[in-house]
Amino acid sequence: MREINVKEAEARIYEACARIAHVYAPDILAALKKGCANEEEERSVTAMRMLLENAEIAESRQIPICQDTGLVTVYVHAGQEVHFTGGSLKEAIQNGVRRAYKDYYLRASVVDDPLFERINTKDNTPAVIYCDLVEGEDVVIEVTAKGFGSENMSALAMLKPAQGIEGVKEFVLDTIRKAGPNACPPMIVGVGIGGTFDYSAVLAKRALLRSIEERNPDARYAALEEELIEKANALRIGPMGLHGKTTVLGIQIETAPTHIAGLPVAVNICCHACRHERMVL
Amino acid sequence: MKRIQLPMDKETRDALAAGESVLLSGTVYTARDAAHKRMIALLDEGKELPMDIQDACIYYVGPTPAKPGEVIGSAGPTTASRMDAYTPRLLDLGMQAMIGKGRRSEAVKEAIVRNHAVYFIACGGAGALIASSIHSAEPVAFEDLLAEAIVRLEVKDFPCFVGIDTKGNDIYDDPDQCVSGR
Repeated sequence: MREINVKEAEARIYEACARIAHVYAPDILAALKKGCANEEEERSVTAMRMLLENAEIAESRQIPICQDTGLVTVYVHAGQEVHFTGGSLKEAIQNGVRRAYKDYYLRASVVDDPLFERINTKDNTPAVIYCDLVEGEDVVIEVTAKGFGSENMSALAMLKPAQGIEGVKEFVLDTIRKAGPNACPPMIVGVGIGGTFDYSAVLAKRALLRSIEERNPDARYAALEEELIEKANALRIGPMGLHGKTTVLGIQIETAPTHIAGLPVAVNICCHACRHERMVL
Repeated sequence: MKRIQLPMDKETRDALAAGESVLLSGTVYTARDAAHKRMIALLDEGKELPMDIQDACIYYVGPTPAKPGEVIGSAGPTTASRMDAYTPRLLDLGMQAMIGKGRRSEAVKEAIVRNHAVYFIACGGAGALIASSIHSAEPVAFEDLLAEAIVRLEVKDFPCFVGIDTKGNDIYDDPDQCVSGR
């Protein structure tokens, strides 16, 4: 049995929220630079240069990359040999988020009730928290803070098994096409295939946590990712939606077993500010 | 690159073409979802808007809070289509320009043409860069809405493209885009 004080989780979440708001992950920044070099038309080059200049200003002057500093989602993978001490783990996570958003002047973007009064909670909580139990005595925490310009363009389809690979491709590309300029391209696209209605969406969001330089370990899905990336870029949505060549920086697929009658597909669109961090306690 | 001073006269607006690169200077008002809802509610009640909408330019943005010593935080555009339901009414009241990102509805396009107005697009996700062209920020209304409050900004050389011009031409229209990738 290993004891971990929840204060440690709070401190790590606090640091992560601050860091991801201001600094691009290296894989995303490298892809933006590559995309910029690959653009030909003047407006698309201008758009990409603005994003790169923005990245520099954000990091050097500690101004958030984007004003939508996101709704925070936290994934806790807790080893079953761990005993948390010092209070509620979930409350510690919410405190980490609350303090980071206040101390670092990040935007409070959460409303308490989705439909009626929509009153801002003023501290960007509650974060969405997923917990699962794993073997061992490590605790892995993943944090993401996703903006809603792209979240709003995400979609889920319960395809028929007969629609197969072609159906999946069509749905993914159609969702990217509809997202178009609204989702702040170049985008990163998470695709969840299988599971249930809800779990396919969880998979799609989790796919965004993977480095865009890593392909799915299954060669068939890796090939599908490559094909979708090529086809998405052929849509010519491009940076800022100005018809350039860089529509997506990455497409990542995660899968799960599913029911004999189903083929759930979820597509979680993320803007270029794909903010996430993984930590081990 | 064309330098544009806000507000623009009708000739200046009519001379802008979708796709053109511009640097905007002058006064803009921030307003997004909740502020629009409240403005329309005020109009429905026969009350005055908190700012003079005649010849105004609205920037769809909800900035991050300003750090001490800064004018504003990160301040890039938000998705304009969420304001589509409210926009034609404001255009018909004299609003002459908007800054945002993404596509607009047909009803908004028609109101843009009808009023010789302009929709500018800014670079989504470049909030730190755009903040450097904002030189002052004065609260105007709805401060309880935090990032969604109406704030009067003075901007200098704010980099944008003309998104929809006074003739209704749209920067996002591209016949290739509709057929490729199928």
